[in-house]
Amino acid sequence: VEILVCARRVPDTSENEIELNSAGNDIERDELVYSINEWDNYAVEEALQIVARVGGTVTVVTVGGEDDEEILRREMAMGATHGVLISDEAFSGSDGRGIATILKAFVQKGHYDLILTGVQAEDGGAQVGGMLAAMLDYPFASLVNSIEVLDGKLKVSREIAGGNKEISEIDLPCVLSIQTGINEPRYVGMRGIRQVASVPIPTPSASDLGVDPGAVGLAAAKVKRVDYFVPALGKGAEMLQGTREENIDKLVELVAAKGGLK
Amino acid sequence: MARIFAYIVHKAGVADDSAAELIAAARKIDPAASPTAIVTGWGADLDAVCSNLRTSYSEIWKIAHEALAYPNAELIRKALVKLLPPGSVLLVSHEHFGIDLAPGLSIKTNSAFVSDVLAIEGLEGSFLKVVRQEFGGQVSAHVRCDISSGAVITVRPGSFKPLDSAPVNGAVVDKSTDVGVLSAGRRYLETVVAEAGDVDITKHSVLVSIGRGIQEKDNVALAQDLADALGAAVSCSRPVVDAKWLEKSRQVGTSGKTVKPKVYLACGISGAFQHLAGIKGNPFIVAINKNPKAPIFQVADIGIVDDLLEFLPEFTNKVREMRSVAAK
Repeated sequence: VEILVCARRVPDTSENEIELNSAGNDIERDELVYSINEWDNYAVEEALQIVARVGGTVTVVTVGGEDDEEILRREMAMGATHGVLISDEAFSGSDGRGIATILKAFVQKGHYDLILTGVQAEDGGAQVGGMLAAMLDYPFASLVNSIEVLDGKLKVSREIAGGNKEISEIDLPCVLSIQTGINEPRYVGMRGIRQVASVPIPTPSASDLGVDPGAVGLAAAKVKRVDYFVPALGKGAEMLQGTREENIDKLVELVAAKGGLK
Repeated sequence: MARIFAYIVHKAGVADDSAAELIAAARKIDPAASPTAIVTGWGADLDAVCSNLRTSYSEIWKIAHEALAYPNAELIRKALVKLLPPGSVLLVSHEHFGIDLAPGLSIKTNSAFVSDVLAIEGLEGSFLKVVRQEFGGQVSAHVRCDISSGAVITVRPGSFKPLDSAPVNGAVVDKSTDVGVLSAGRRYLETVVAEAGDVDITKHSVLVSIGRGIQEKDNVALAQDLADALGAAVSCSRPVVDAKWLEKSRQVGTSGKTVKPKVYLACGISGAFQHLAGIKGNPFIVAINKNPKAPIFQVADIGIVDDLLEFLPEFTNKVREMRSVAAK
């Protein structure tokens, strides 16, 4: 199977405290640690495992600028066959529909049996996979947490409420959005990344893909983020400010009073 | 003003709680709105849901189709594309069905899409201003959405308080024949119910619950030691299950278990809404986290900013000490 994984580089919430900048209109982006969106990394691992079982290739694509190349190299170090950086000034400020429009044009230039995205991005809306599928008229399943390859179709499981699984079969080609926990993504060391450092990464533009610049980018976006803010807290927790020992003494007392020491 | 519709998720003949919440959300878009409910399904369950919605919705569109006996988002999308008037605003709950349906529907109806909306600030001309959260709830964002050609909006469960309105006597309108033949590239086979697991966290009154802050599998023992000392059980948030450090049956949240303890010790848990949605019954929540900005501190009763891996063993020792004093 020929698999395309759509990935994004995002601020890594496990490495950063996300705060507002001094102007209060954006998050503080200086010194942020970026990495591949966690869901997308699971999607790449799943693609690699499928290809290991049934053969094929894995292409990882992202829409962005030169800073975004690092996640493509990282995923190529994991084992992805190709990385592609779709890049054009005209794409800047695209909303989910804009990104899906760009990806659709890229998909139609190739031959992919299976397209994977992450379920959502740290700063996104769980939208691009479902939009791309609709634009391509491919079937779609979200929240996928297992994939079995059958003849011309897949058997997939979706994560639904209460830890239950909804099992369906889905015709190829299709688009799936991948949930975290579907697999255990392999570790990538610096050595692996160095080994792919000189592999060329194509950077198709709007005209290469035949994308109408007027249909994407900020001007075409129906949905725009106005600003970031931190909402006024509700009551909020009573913060224990003592030394660790004092905090523990107080906590034991409180927990006992609430019936936590049986 | 565009016509507002609410897609009603239901199960076993009962409408989801979001049915009432979507009316409240619709009124935030247009205070005069009387949204139309859309209910798809088959048989007696569908009729029961439609009938029950008559007290809260003035109009209910019923779509009865054997192929919709199980809610397949692709089939339902095709039905909605045929039924929705151009420029409509459709609201649906942001859970596993809405996530499946909504993005593709927005493409097929050429309307704007905003997901996981927590609050709606109102409409200015054709621009709707809404509030979303990003980065696991660490920051919120105002989002402006052009709804001049309609919109599909998924609404976070529990974010809109149902209105205290007098019952209406709504009309059920059967739209089944407008839908035509439905077929999909994805076909439902079965639902596999979650395995029970070794410990039933829903039965415990005290939970020591761990998140990403526990850092590695070997550290889970620190939480287990504390749980043993307290007579509690260890539960967790999603990243711990994703990393395979604990079984899925230990997970609290929308995709895990709903728990109702008396005391909930959230250790290294950031407090994403999917996790918080699994904590019911208003327990006494203690949050221990090294990040003072973690959203969990907004909902906890007591907060401590500390290094979990140092805090837990000392806390456990103190509890053991108390126990041995009490035993003497």
